[in-house]
Amino acid sequence: MVSLRRNLLRSAIFLLALSVPPAHAIPAFARKYGLRCSACHVAWPVLNDFGWRFKDNGYQLMNDRDAPIWQHPSYWPVTFRITPNWHLEKTNKVSVDVGGGVNNGQVGTTQHGFDLSGLDILTGGTLEKNISFLLTPSSDNTGAFHFESAWVRLDNLFHSPWLNFRFGKFELDNFISEKRTLTLSAVGGIYQLYHFVPPNDVNTFGQIGDNQLGLEWQGHSFNDRTRLSAALFSSNDGNVNLQNANAYSGFLHISEAFDLGGLGQQRVGAYYFIGQAPTYSLTSAGVPIPGSSLGNKSFNREGFWGDFFIYKFEVPVYFQHGSDNPHFAITPPGATSPPTPANVPLPPGARAPTWNGVFIEPRFVVNPQLVLFHRTEIVRMSQQALHGFFPSNLGDLNVYTLGYRWYPIMTSRVGFAFHNEYSRIMQRSAAPDSTDLTSSSIFVGFDFAF
Amino acid sequence: MHKEFIPSAFLGAALALTLALSGLSHAQMTDYEENPRLGMEAHISGITGHAAAAETNYRRYCTGCHGDLGDGEGENAQWIDPKPRNFTLGQFKCRSTPTGTLPTDEDLYTTIGRGLTNSNMPQWLPLTTHEKVDLVAYVKHFSPHFATEKPGTPINVPPEPEVTADRIKAGQAVFQRLECWKCHGVTGRGNGPSAETLTDNQNRPIKPFDFHDVTRFKCGTTDQDLYKIFMTGLDGTPMPSFADSVKPDEAWNLVFYLRTLQPMNSREKQIAKQLGLKPINPNAAPAGAAPQPQAEQQQPLQQQPQPQQQQPPPSR
Repeated sequence: MVSLRRNLLRSAIFLLALSVPPAHAIPAFARKYGLRCSACHVAWPVLNDFGWRFKDNGYQLMNDRDAPIWQHPSYWPVTFRITPNWHLEKTNKVSVDVGGGVNNGQVGTTQHGFDLSGLDILTGGTLEKNISFLLTPSSDNTGAFHFESAWVRLDNLFHSPWLNFRFGKFELDNFISEKRTLTLSAVGGIYQLYHFVPPNDVNTFGQIGDNQLGLEWQGHSFNDRTRLSAALFSSNDGNVNLQNANAYSGFLHISEAFDLGGLGQQRVGAYYFIGQAPTYSLTSAGVPIPGSSLGNKSFNREGFWGDFFIYKFEVPVYFQHGSDNPHFAITPPGATSPPTPANVPLPPGARAPTWNGVFIEPRFVVNPQLVLFHRTEIVRMSQQALHGFFPSNLGDLNVYTLGYRWYPIMTSRVGFAFHNEYSRIMQRSAAPDSTDLTSSSIFVGFDFAF
Repeated sequence: MHKEFIPSAFLGAALALTLALSGLSHAQMTDYEENPRLGMEAHISGITGHAAAAETNYRRYCTGCHGDLGDGEGENAQWIDPKPRNFTLGQFKCRSTPTGTLPTDEDLYTTIGRGLTNSNMPQWLPLTTHEKVDLVAYVKHFSPHFATEKPGTPINVPPEPEVTADRIKAGQAVFQRLECWKCHGVTGRGNGPSAETLTDNQNRPIKPFDFHDVTRFKCGTTDQDLYKIFMTGLDGTPMPSFADSVKPDEAWNLVFYLRTLQPMNSREKQIAKQLGLKPINPNAAPAGAAPQPQAEQQQPLQQQPQPQQQQPPPSR
């Protein structure tokens, strides 16, 4: 159990350190079309309905000037985004070495200082009328790059908005997009539900928040009120080189928007993520043979969501039920960590780890240049992988985030925001002494894209 | 340091900053807020729009091009062609009303939702009905004309006749007689001899419509929309109204002929192909008084359409 908690703590700290996801807000589009950021964003990077229609049409306004041939030859569709910041990270219980290096103590830690976010280089737009693309080389704050997005999309095939096909590495069709979240801090910068992994579980391939490699069909009504999508992708969490060869996952999403008098446009939706991932590989001299992954087991996440407007008050709500095959979360006899290979029987009492989660993220858009936001996110394990082995509440999360963004300038050329945020996460029974583990962040920074 | 000090301090500071920033952001709004015409209303299908309710959305969606004052001088205007509409003049291209009159609320509402093809004005379809009606009221509040004048009476669009080969040929004759080719070119590519000289009502260069480029017209996609374009004119541009010089039946013939110039494979285009229809010969154009492009200078808005001055060259 102590080992498990140490792993949980290390995982939590690792996740927190990497938690600020690449975010999409693309002034290159504003420059191309001469529209302010606020035309497409509730408050950038959060898309509004007009921005979603623009995106769903393949980064096109459908005004017959979408093809790049209409642009001045000097136009280059590239945007850079980075956030210099000061932040404070506080954790209540961390294992420390005492008495000759024996790791049997615990202390609270506080770190603060000036820092950088990662860098996003976003280049996207149209290759031709109805052929769109996005390429996002993205780095962490040390400058280590990877491709966050790299896709081409055939839009409006046969002049139908219901026929759009995307191929490459892309964000799953999440209307409440983590790539466009307002939050930036180490704790609050991600939706925990989009990345949740149960205690002792090693299935990292069901993360809705991570971009995936695959193929997507997306269709929408002319006014974008009705949206449908289905994606098929490799179960490798967006990583390259066929790490989990021969395993695939799927993501279905549907949503419908409607007007509610003068309150604004409301939208509700539902999604289903189902997939398989291998539980073992063939080995040669003890080393896994690439591409020999076997013993696929399944996982699923499903739920519904809503995005409600009451004048200037926006309230996104998101619910998820998730479940993994117990093979992913149970350590087989003689091993130090899961998974249990599919050809090894599970111990008595093995069950699918199952959880429910919800978040609500009210935002108050004072005006297009000032937005206040809050998020409460709660995850509860409803069933642990081994009955009676783990505390029933191990893995439960409570996250609270509060902040604001102020955009001192609002033009069609750049995005610039002063960002201030406080966030706190509490993980049940995850501290080294089996009590609650709490971490908090304070983040102050200048977020800019140009 | 007390363990709760940092969050408490943060919250306190955030609250103070929020109030300060809210004040700053509000202060960035310009003096248009003082405009007494903010009480302007618009009425669409039983929904009443209020100008005052559209302030934020105008700032969010429209200011960049049309400017805080609605004068078409937003920060993007210098880069845009054609230039954004100057709302203060009360002149609008897309109307159902006769030339020289104010558009109906429905006209403005439709324009916001449909956008203007071949321009930077997108389709604002995702906005809710209420938001668009409020924006109509806000657009109206910029011009004093809407405070003192009524919109024109929408023109009557007679039922569309059956398209025939004879009608297409007759439409081509109308195209030649009205000297549409002087601006739009003999093949409708917007390259007529007058094309380079055209200016809008603020003396800015403006190009004629190229029928071969797009499937949509500036003010709509249907035959009825096209009929209305040359029977009401596009106020503020050199494209005049032909309401006094073209009979409704002739107007429909012209609609059918113009359809043959467009890129899509229409019934009209098939008939034209069967006919082996050739572009007009400008030298064989019937004699007529030379047309005068209108609206080259800003003119006071008139309640009734001006008597037609011969056949001015059409533009977009």
